[in-house]
Amino acid sequence: MSSLQKLLGIGVAVAIAGVLIGFYITGFLMSGPTAFRPPVSGSGASKTVDLTIQTDAAGGPTLTANPSWVSYFVRDENKQWHHSTIWTLPAHTRVNVTIYQFDGDSGLRNPFMAKVRGTLGNTMTVNGKTMNVLNPDDASHTFAVPAMGLIVPLEGVADNAKNQCGFGPCALSTAHQTITFSFVTPGKGRYRWQCFVPCAAGFLDGFGGPMQTLGYMDGFLDVT
Amino acid sequence: MRRLGHGGRIAVIWLLSTTVGMVLVAIFLAPILPPGNGSKQASGQQFDNEVLLLVSVAITAMIVVYFGYTLIVFRERDTKATVDGPSIRGNAGIQTTWVVGTTIVVLFLAAFGTYELLGGAGGGQGANPVFVPSASAAVLQPNHKPLQVQVIGQQWQFTFRYPSEGGFESASFVLPVNQEVELHVTSLDVIHSFWVPALGLKADANPGVDNVAYITPKKVGPVQIHCAELCGLFHGYMFDTGHVVSQSAFKAWAASQRQFVSPITKDLPKYDTHYLPDPPFRAG
Amino acid sequence: MSSDTAVVRTPGAGAPLWRRLVGFNLLTGILLGIGGFYLGWFGAHWLVNGLDIESLDYFGDTGQNDLALFFGYILGVIGFLVGLGFANYPFARLRGYPPSLREKEEARGVGRYLRLNTDHKVVGMQYFVGIGFFFLVAGLNAMLIRFELLRPEPNVWPAGNYLTLVTEHGTMMMGMMTSGILGPFANYLVPIMIGARRMAFPRIEALTFWLLMAAGVILISGIEYGGIPTGWTGYEPLNDQANMGMDAYIMFFALVGLSMCLLGLNMLATVITMRAPGMTWTRLPMFVWGVLSTAVLMLLAAPVLIVVLMMAGFDRTIQTSFFIPAMGGSSYLFENLFWVFGHPEVYILALPGFGIVLELLPVFARKPLWGYRLAVAGFLGVSLLSWTVWQHHIFVSGINSDLRPFYMLSTELISIPTGFTFLCAMGTIWRGRIRFTVPMLFCLAWVFNFLFGGLSGIFLSDVPSDVTTHGSFFSMAHFHYTIMGGLIFTFFAAIYYWLPKMTGYMLNDRLGKAHFWLMFVSFNSTFGPLFALGFLGMPRRVVTYPSNLQWLNDWVSASAFVLGISMLIFLVNLVYSQLFARVPAGDNPWASKSLEFQLPSPVPVHNFDRIPVIVGDPYGYGEEGSVVARPPTVPIPAGGGA
Repeated sequence: MSSLQKLLGIGVAVAIAGVLIGFYITGFLMSGPTAFRPPVSGSGASKTVDLTIQTDAAGGPTLTANPSWVSYFVRDENKQWHHSTIWTLPAHTRVNVTIYQFDGDSGLRNPFMAKVRGTLGNTMTVNGKTMNVLNPDDASHTFAVPAMGLIVPLEGVADNAKNQCGFGPCALSTAHQTITFSFVTPGKGRYRWQCFVPCAAGFLDGFGGPMQTLGYMDGFLDVT
Repeated sequence: MRRLGHGGRIAVIWLLSTTVGMVLVAIFLAPILPPGNGSKQASGQQFDNEVLLLVSVAITAMIVVYFGYTLIVFRERDTKATVDGPSIRGNAGIQTTWVVGTTIVVLFLAAFGTYELLGGAGGGQGANPVFVPSASAAVLQPNHKPLQVQVIGQQWQFTFRYPSEGGFESASFVLPVNQEVELHVTSLDVIHSFWVPALGLKADANPGVDNVAYITPKKVGPVQIHCAELCGLFHGYMFDTGHVVSQSAFKAWAASQRQFVSPITKDLPKYDTHYLPDPPFRAG
Repeated sequence: MSSDTAVVRTPGAGAPLWRRLVGFNLLTGILLGIGGFYLGWFGAHWLVNGLDIESLDYFGDTGQNDLALFFGYILGVIGFLVGLGFANYPFARLRGYPPSLREKEEARGVGRYLRLNTDHKVVGMQYFVGIGFFFLVAGLNAMLIRFELLRPEPNVWPAGNYLTLVTEHGTMMMGMMTSGILGPFANYLVPIMIGARRMAFPRIEALTFWLLMAAGVILISGIEYGGIPTGWTGYEPLNDQANMGMDAYIMFFALVGLSMCLLGLNMLATVITMRAPGMTWTRLPMFVWGVLSTAVLMLLAAPVLIVVLMMAGFDRTIQTSFFIPAMGGSSYLFENLFWVFGHPEVYILALPGFGIVLELLPVFARKPLWGYRLAVAGFLGVSLLSWTVWQHHIFVSGINSDLRPFYMLSTELISIPTGFTFLCAMGTIWRGRIRFTVPMLFCLAWVFNFLFGGLSGIFLSDVPSDVTTHGSFFSMAHFHYTIMGGLIFTFFAAIYYWLPKMTGYMLNDRLGKAHFWLMFVSFNSTFGPLFALGFLGMPRRVVTYPSNLQWLNDWVSASAFVLGISMLIFLVNLVYSQLFARVPAGDNPWASKSLEFQLPSPVPVHNFDRIPVIVGDPYGYGEEGSVVARPPTVPIPAGGGA
């Protein structure tokens, strides 16, 4: 082979490597949870969204790539659980949220987050009881949308509760708390929501891993 | 102009362009330079930026005029030739003048910056601030004491504690106008930075550290808050809108907040200059 | 050279392909590197699980076994280096064989670039291709970042991935371009410019290159392990919180630090000990002075980086708490140690550029360098003062406020020696006969860009002004103007000027001018508005911004894409002129009086037939009959002087 052919060969190899790396990088970049549209009932002025979520101590291998990480799941109208934290919601619509909380408590780092804010009436119901503040040490996670001023602390399952769930997605027959509240979505926009409890086991300050990865403890409300 | 040598011509062009440039900057740019006049400190910083900009205009003009002139006048017109120029290896007088001149400019800028710093225009000063407001600046301090506000950074929201208003914590940043405010910035987990551009305030929030900054807001209105230190996934979302309101509106707001968050105030940890993350190391 | 059989012979050009692939070369290095990685990975897994160390139980919760990744990387790098053949010579010497540079003579053709080669010219070309490759990858990342910032809401890349992209861009650029000029050009040219046949430590030279390549692959692999969320500065405690990808960052910078340290050591040793007779310090070319002042910084700053990263690695794996305040550590410790390295690092990036500009201006103005001693004083002054300024990166962090006026003064002072370079440039072109060749255009662009980079540095060094600009896009504009506008423009000046000497073929002039003008205009269009964005309150490293800033961001993004296209023009020029057009450059295409242009192009393996005697500096323009060197009157005895 002449040196020109060799050089060209190497050049082509380098170009192919570059393109592959480009695809690899782009492929990684595009990876992330896909948006999910919770079921909507009614229409017009009486339209409401049913957002049913569960939080688990360990997401489990069936739906998540990191089975030991805490995770949120969202339910569709067929009662199937999806691993997505990017929820598409219509604007200016009432959203009724039901959260099945299967995880034990870790306690809030900042007890300020234990006061319910931003929901209709600034209250939530926990297992049927209406309350507007939670004991900060009992919080397992929060559902908070800071841009909307919405913070709801989620009560944890007691340590000595029977029949605790192991890996998610958890069945309703296992020990859990049921929290409900409602809020009205604002205008069009992308609002991030996150958990404020340092619940990422094993990570520094409890805020690594699932707490910093979309799909587990953080997500977006895509209000359209 | 024809009787001046190259050096003289460059000097004249430079003088003209610098003067015009400085006048334009002073008239059009200076009033809109950041950070504006939202606070006493911001005004000091804006003036500082003006001075720096004027000096920059002079230096830029010097380099641009010199290079523009020499590259045009001394270019090789015959592109095929490779004729050498004169063998000038240096000039001690010019070198000395330059060294002395640049040193003077630099020392002036450093001194001026320190002067502005003495006025408290330096953002976060750490736990032992050197530049504290003098008690005699009574015009802007009806209480003769700064209002203490603690800024708590956490991933990924700023919250604020007002120890002198009942020790409540709020997610809203509200300040009374014309009141000296002593901000204590700290973090609960990683490094954040509390940046309010309109007030000329930036103070990093480090865990376990109390970073003190002084601000005297002068204008009523909304102010943008940004986190200016990468703190993880939602760093870009850690922004908010604060408000500077009149003194009476502030008191009313404080009273209503006190009442609204009262269920949780008793659960807050005792007010301290810093709070170490708890659990301290690995969760769960 | 004696024919000792201890050092491995490489097969000649006539041998079949499979025979040529077997042996100590890049392929073997890659295979052994992959093998070493898995050995370390599974070995560490076995260690952690088998030995049941209680304090490492948390690996099970997080699913991130940092120890395994570190062991994997370390054994992978060792395997890579062994496969390349770095262990052969030390073992041969241990067994008593005499010193030899066998690898230099024996390798032929393209194959010599794909193995350990002790010819400094080959190492220079390897660096050129290797660093060029990673520069393009990091540049692609920058295009992707600007693509995301076209709209205020995150639209293309999810938020966490965007942060990894930002980190990859910054880290790869900072790590790779640190050796951006010293790697390709200093390696190739410094021995020639000082009249030597080789560098002081040829194998260490090759080691610095291959370490850098291994590091680059490791950094890219960080994407696989959960990404890197901290930006190139890697601040604690976020560093400790991060997923396994952070270990890739730590390993990358540790290897880069090692490479830098050894490169600096080699340059210093070479220039101090191997100058030809007559090469006094006042006859040294400015490029070599630039390399020297950089090498000192590399040698002394890199160990600080390695140490701080080791501490961060320990924090992440075996649960020390150097940087964790809740356990008695301090986040300030990381910031300070990092910037003690980090500030000399940015002068490592800037100083070679100064050297190149002052080296090229005399050639294209046809005049001697004006103010030689002042210029050298400027370089050494910058080098020395760069150790005294680092806290200007953390002015508003809550550092001791007594210190702030001091660091403001020291930072402002460093602009004085920087100004000497400008003065000498101005003096050199005065009454010159200026030719606007492509290398000259890039040098003049340096003057323009570094002016704005330096002036914006004055703003940032002033504490009250820094309150607005720290951590904002103003700071980004400043360092892109100094690093990209400074280093990268002079990098291209060096390519257009010296590549004809290195390969023997000229780069196309018209394509070069198109590349220059497009790059210069689009560069300023990209980074100029960032000053305004910073002043308007946009912080760094954010994926979302207020919607009123969208038009500015769109302008910047569009300009950035054009900047990317200008790089493509350069690549087209490179491939076309070097592989197809192949216009011979001749020995001295620029009519330079410098020593390297008195040699044939490309430079022969042993550089000089006879070691020259230096009689003057390379800037004798306008001085009748001046030459830089004469051949010696007494021939050097055979076998000596190599």
